[in-house]
Amino acid sequence: MAGKQKHTRTKNQLKMGEVKVLGSWSSPYGLRVQWALGLKSVEYEYIDEDLLNKSQMLLKYNPVHKKIPVLVHNGKPIAESAVILEYIEETWPQPHPLLPKDPYERAMVRFWINFLDNKDKVAPFITFFIGVGEEHKKAVNEAKELLKLYEEQVLGEKKYFGGEEIGMLDLAMGWMAYFGVIEEIVHVKILDAETFPRLHAWIQNFRAHPVIKNNLPDHDRLLQNYTEKRQRFLAYSPHAENA
Amino acid sequence: MAVVKLFGAWLSPYVYKVIWALKLKGIPYEYIEEDLSNKSPLLLQYNPIHKKVPVLVHDGKPIYESTVILRYIDEIWPQNPLLPANPYDRAVALFWIKFADDKNPIIAKLYQTEGEEQQAVVNEWLEMLEAMEEHALIGGKKFFGGDEINMVDIAFCMVAHWLGVFEDTAGLKVFEPHKFPQVSSWIQNFKSVPIIKDNLPDTDKIVAYLKRRKEMLLTSKSN
Repeated sequence: MAGKQKHTRTKNQLKMGEVKVLGSWSSPYGLRVQWALGLKSVEYEYIDEDLLNKSQMLLKYNPVHKKIPVLVHNGKPIAESAVILEYIEETWPQPHPLLPKDPYERAMVRFWINFLDNKDKVAPFITFFIGVGEEHKKAVNEAKELLKLYEEQVLGEKKYFGGEEIGMLDLAMGWMAYFGVIEEIVHVKILDAETFPRLHAWIQNFRAHPVIKNNLPDHDRLLQNYTEKRQRFLAYSPHAENA
Repeated sequence: MAVVKLFGAWLSPYVYKVIWALKLKGIPYEYIEEDLSNKSPLLLQYNPIHKKVPVLVHDGKPIYESTVILRYIDEIWPQNPLLPANPYDRAVALFWIKFADDKNPIIAKLYQTEGEEQQAVVNEWLEMLEAMEEHALIGGKKFFGGDEINMVDIAFCMVAHWLGVFEDTAGLKVFEPHKFPQVSSWIQNFKSVPIIKDNLPDTDKIVAYLKRRKEMLLTSKSN
């Protein structure tokens, strides 16, 4: 069932027109878009999609991929979360710019968003969630290597990936903010404070920001929903063991 | 001393994307050919994490990933823009660029796979061609960029030139021109642009190279 909510804060001073976001309550890709609009105080209508029963609207607005998120601005649709974020940044540059001014630093942000969104870089975390046995072990190692890269090479000493303020790369890394639920369900911790102190601190800071805090999926709902999801995957997995 | 250096490999479509962008904007650069089986210390110094080409080095600072490089080039040297000025049109262009970028590594596997795996790759190719034909090339435009090529045309370069190469190497025909009339026109138009025409790797040379590589892959699999 499609849900509609109106989000109002101190309105963005630039002309907004009509902004709709088609998303899904637990998708980090959809949340990136909502966070960006929230940080820039842009009013929008949120439409929650049931991904097992996609609306005609979604199929019309994203015929190529049929996926969320889709941003619809004055009736014109844009798909692909990274593309949407750039559009939001160009259309509403203030307040809260999401990209650095320097072209080289912008290139680095784009490089890392592209990197972490790559299928090969997402796969270990998915296998961590639904894999078993040897493939799960392998995924744990790969995931830890990636986290080490993000902690040491990308975040470094900074408070946020964007420096002093949340930037586009922080929004792209936002999935880490509720990765703890996945770890709870799998009963394996990989993003622990001892091994990844900076990422751990980043998660606390990110989650505490008012815009992020008010737009995080509900913990209990995630726990229940993802537990069911995992059980379904394990039931159909050819390697199913008692997990 | 050149301010812009490009590390590349003679057969890589990703490298050509950068070459075309630099030439379209008239930017002088020093080109360094890399032997991908024996990478230079300089390349490894500039790109320690991924060790791949292309790498653009501007004023000593390295940039990687062909699309990231193209966007950087477009921002630093705005003449002959490679993206539309209007934010919505840009977003549409970036969508198609990402579409091509996501498909390219998969479709390159055409000659590296067999049986079911290869069929899956063929399906990815057909999906790409169908999307181009039905959604991307609407309005009967000469190029994705309108009357001139832009970053979207460049992003689809594998379809224009390397598809034939992969088909020959794999001994498999995927593209039937009569089924994709818009894509066929676009390919002719794209390859007629002087900067593209004059800067394309020789197909026979690539096929010979890839066939050798395919043989090596198959021998190492059966060992």
